[in-house]
Amino acid sequence: MSKYIVSCSPHLRDNVSTRSIMQDVCLAMLPACIAGVLFFGYRAAIILALSVAAAVLSEKFYCKAAHIKDTTGDYSAVVTGMLLAMNLPSTVPYWMPVIGSIIAILLCKMIFGGIGQNFINPALGARAILALSWANVMNTFAAPAFGNLAGVDTIASVTPVSGVANGSFTLAQLALGNIPGTIGETCKIALLAGAAYLMYKQVISWHIPVAFIGSFAACYLIFTGFNVNVTLYQVLSGGLILGAFFMATDYSTSPTTNKGKIVFGLGCGLLLFWFRYGKKAPAEWCSFAILLMNVVSPLIERVTGNKSFGEVKK
Amino acid sequence: MAITQTFGGGIHPHEIGNGKNATQSLPIVNAAAPARVTIAMAQHLGAPAACCVKVGQVVNMGQVIGEAQGAISAPVHASVSGKVVALTTCELAGGKSVPAVVIENDFEDRWDESVKPCENVDALTAQDIMTIARNCGVVGLGGATFPTAVKLNTEKLDPKPDTLVINGSECEPYLTSDHRLMVENAGQVMDGIRFAMKATGVSCAKVGIEDNKPDAIEAMKAAATEGIEVVALPAKYPQGYEKMLIYALTGRKVPNGKLPSAAQCVVMNVATCAALSDAVRKGQPIIDRVVTVAGRVANPCNLRVRIGVPLLDVIDQAGGMTEGVRKLICGGPMMGKTMSTLNTPITKNFSAFLPLGDESVSAEESACIRCGRCMRACPMGLMPAKMDALVRHGDYAGALAIGALNCMECGSCTYSCPAKRELLQAIKVAKCMGGNIKA
Repeated sequence: MSKYIVSCSPHLRDNVSTRSIMQDVCLAMLPACIAGVLFFGYRAAIILALSVAAAVLSEKFYCKAAHIKDTTGDYSAVVTGMLLAMNLPSTVPYWMPVIGSIIAILLCKMIFGGIGQNFINPALGARAILALSWANVMNTFAAPAFGNLAGVDTIASVTPVSGVANGSFTLAQLALGNIPGTIGETCKIALLAGAAYLMYKQVISWHIPVAFIGSFAACYLIFTGFNVNVTLYQVLSGGLILGAFFMATDYSTSPTTNKGKIVFGLGCGLLLFWFRYGKKAPAEWCSFAILLMNVVSPLIERVTGNKSFGEVKK
Repeated sequence: MAITQTFGGGIHPHEIGNGKNATQSLPIVNAAAPARVTIAMAQHLGAPAACCVKVGQVVNMGQVIGEAQGAISAPVHASVSGKVVALTTCELAGGKSVPAVVIENDFEDRWDESVKPCENVDALTAQDIMTIARNCGVVGLGGATFPTAVKLNTEKLDPKPDTLVINGSECEPYLTSDHRLMVENAGQVMDGIRFAMKATGVSCAKVGIEDNKPDAIEAMKAAATEGIEVVALPAKYPQGYEKMLIYALTGRKVPNGKLPSAAQCVVMNVATCAALSDAVRKGQPIIDRVVTVAGRVANPCNLRVRIGVPLLDVIDQAGGMTEGVRKLICGGPMMGKTMSTLNTPITKNFSAFLPLGDESVSAEESACIRCGRCMRACPMGLMPAKMDALVRHGDYAGALAIGALNCMECGSCTYSCPAKRELLQAIKVAKCMGGNIKA
């Protein structure tokens, strides 16, 4: 046997790895999480920690039970845990993020084959199950109190989404995030900063977020007679920004082709508009719009193949 | 300055394999002639040459020792003068075993009488140049080793080529042999280009050089004559692949499954042009070539090495290998082939010899995360991850159906994969197996 390795080319590899990508995603979500803790107090921090811990432990447990290689080193479970917590109100009981993470990892991710194989976004799948099982708890939001880490007892009666365009909040409030909402969705400035980082690092591309937010905003503009204020209010309300940049862009559950990404984003935007426009629904539908599109993502990918370099007109 | 367009995709591996710094400013040095050479009979694309010498026979430098077989083939010449001591086989990069002739060097460097300068190069016809290229064993020295005489023969092509595309891009990390050749022997390269223009009957030649070699661009521009344009191209891998180069220099796309002739182009490497000049003017066959020796060696260098010199001797000239060598690579780190032994002799395709360490050994594969990086990197616009998935399910026909045959094997997909999957390997399997089952 030769002591030299014989292998197929190439013999150099980029430094980017699955782990580095997932770490970048965690880093990008961190500002929004910190904002959540600042607005909603220590409960938010505990929910985040519990959710991440439960997600990682569930994956470890599954790998052990299924006798497969421990995959928690790739940080994807951390991402799922963080995302789930960001989608929960700060008022939920502490067992909820734990149950949610277990559902996300075991039911939505691992039994389909783990990373890259799941057909719905694990965090969103778990959130949907929680929202349907404990609708009351999931739709009770604390009123934000910046810097009041001791926690907030005040229950907000109105959230931006349910109070459609009634002017309960200013656009500045919506952007800054001192509004009732889930832990990670309220501070749009922090979310956009994280999204910019992910785009800079080429972890996500512009296609899905632009098509998603763009189609949603376009519909609102048209249906409100080009009322820019109402449209902006809608764009900055609820989970749209979080969803468009951090959840709809999930690799496993969105198309890989650029054309497919645009179709996927358009679908998300139109569905969300359909769910939201003119309805007084108390729940936030962004995650359901994404989940529905997750399911058709393989179909979209199938019909939006790439055009190869040498495909020229005869 | 022509407007150049660049292809979509591609990668920038230079930051990681930044081995060019080690050798790009080092002049080409003539390596000492070895005591023995092992000359492979298959150093070109096409039918291997048939050995025409016997053990014990005394041969001269430049004498034919292997005769071309068939239309797409090339003769092989003795790179030293001396005695044939064995007819054997040798293992080439990539693992193939081929017949070889071992010659013991008598250190007289006695040229064969067939090697004589051309008295009147201006009187040569296109046909004469093709005959010389064939007789002198000139093949594409960029790595593919396609017989140059076949390439130059444009008689039967319709439409006729109108542009000679010259590849001076040298887009692989570490490689500097073409770079140095252009800096030091620009005149000779240009000379070869003019012969190639004459043989192919085209009036326009475009030389593409990546902009990370300003000294080569300057030297080539200074040496350029009428009808030859030197164009700086953005440094991006794989700029030197013929389809990308044609696109950058002419704006034409070669249709899938077609050769450059479909875009009315003939593509040649700068080193091949220099060899063509030697063949036409001096009557010299290819008996040596410039090899970049870099990576884990004490003294990285650009060596002019005789064909048939075993790697062991090449390494000695570079001061020996340093610690931690894990792979022996023939060619660049992106497309080069690995070797299992240092007994492998230098062949005409040996643009570089790179002993690399841990940096060349990939981490273990993990699951595809569908990030789409391979697709973004693929200059041909293919879907490597999808092909990989199909191949792993044994669906070779499926992989071919989504264009596996259009893959040029540049390796950009595998390079970019964060899950460290062997995507190119899977595509190669599809190409290889797919042919047998015919979808």
